[in-house]
Amino acid sequence: MADEIILLDFWPSPFGMRVRVALAEKGLKYEYREEDPRNKNPLLLEMNPPICESMIIVQYIDEVWNKKSPLLPSDPYQRAQARFWADYIDKKLYELGRRIWSTKGEEQETAKNEFIEYLKILEGELGEKPYFGGEKFGFVDVALVTFSTLFYAYESFGNFSIEVECPKLIAWTKRCKEKESVSSSLKDPQKVHGFVIEMRKKLGIE
Amino acid sequence: MEEEVKLLGAWPSPYSYRVLWALSLKDIKYEYVEEDLSNKSDLLLQYNPVYKKIPVLVHGGKPISESLVILEYMEETWPQNPLLPQDPYDKAMARFWAKFGEDKGPIFMAIFVTVGEEQEKAAKEAKEQLTILEEQALGEKKFFGGDKIGLTDIVLGWMAGWLDVIEEVSGLKLLEAETFPRLHAWVQRFKEVPGIKEQLPDRDEMLVYYKKKREMFIGSVKP
Repeated sequence: MADEIILLDFWPSPFGMRVRVALAEKGLKYEYREEDPRNKNPLLLEMNPPICESMIIVQYIDEVWNKKSPLLPSDPYQRAQARFWADYIDKKLYELGRRIWSTKGEEQETAKNEFIEYLKILEGELGEKPYFGGEKFGFVDVALVTFSTLFYAYESFGNFSIEVECPKLIAWTKRCKEKESVSSSLKDPQKVHGFVIEMRKKLGIE
Repeated sequence: MEEEVKLLGAWPSPYSYRVLWALSLKDIKYEYVEEDLSNKSDLLLQYNPVYKKIPVLVHGGKPISESLVILEYMEETWPQNPLLPQDPYDKAMARFWAKFGEDKGPIFMAIFVTVGEEQEKAAKEAKEQLTILEEQALGEKKFFGGDKIGLTDIVLGWMAGWLDVIEEVSGLKLLEAETFPRLHAWVQRFKEVPGIKEQLPDRDEMLVYYKKKREMFIGSVKP
């Protein structure tokens, strides 16, 4: 099956990074095309429905290339738990994180506190396991680890330390980054921070 | 080995009905527990500590929350009368449209909780989503799932049972037959599917329920 894989991505996006991690986990070659969503490329719009939604894409990759590094467990109940927590991450973290860097004063403080609360819940879910997937890196790990590239930005604008609040979670991100598939796919948090600064300027926040 | 299946739900939640429909379509025996959402049971809080919401499916004592997660679990555990296609690409597309339908829910509900200009704006946005569903998600197919109903039909099933009540109570029409002929036909078709037909909430009861809710919302909106 020599079908071509093309990834349309926008470099700072934690969602695109998830797909890159999954492709790397499976040892797949692909063509990377940078797409700035602020500049909708007509080709993107013309292409017959590509698969969107990062975790749907990750599931697709896991199902098609199912011989190597399975990301979802085989037991239906474990799979349901994995989907639940990936969905939780999607629902809770991104919007709150955005509010941390795009608001000020009380709104920012509230966002920060809620964000920490949700991280703590995730930390509880991780427990003593090396990965959310258990002994092996899995679906929920993919969903969350790419957000860690935004942690530095959140910390600097929100004026707090995630390591102080959630040490086990930070230990987990370090463990994940020891994997080649993760370290080669994640963007430098300093560069992501730079991008967020640019976004703030564009939105007139200061 | 038959393990006990329990559903914690609440009338008239469309999320609850999604699971009821799947149970019905797959011919699974279950015990239904109606939750009073103003007074949540210890059982619900124990089974869904993260969100404290219904529906929760409990299979052999193990709880699963979030309707889409529940539907995927059911599909894998009881493969009869499949709701998802076999081919991974078709499956991904079905999941995409199901998620699209799910994510756009608040846009439709916006007409229910607004009045005047704000409501008109909400209606315009909702119709844009309907156009996408009509032209891209449904197209010429009988159902979103193709010849038979699937995951996406179930997720959008609220449009068949609830939308016209919401429209009546909110005082405006979104799903006009002339503008959205395919969706309109799909609604009629969906309501006739065995398994769905017997599990649709009573329209008159819903009118009473949603009228009251709208009054509550509008009451709080007035200056």
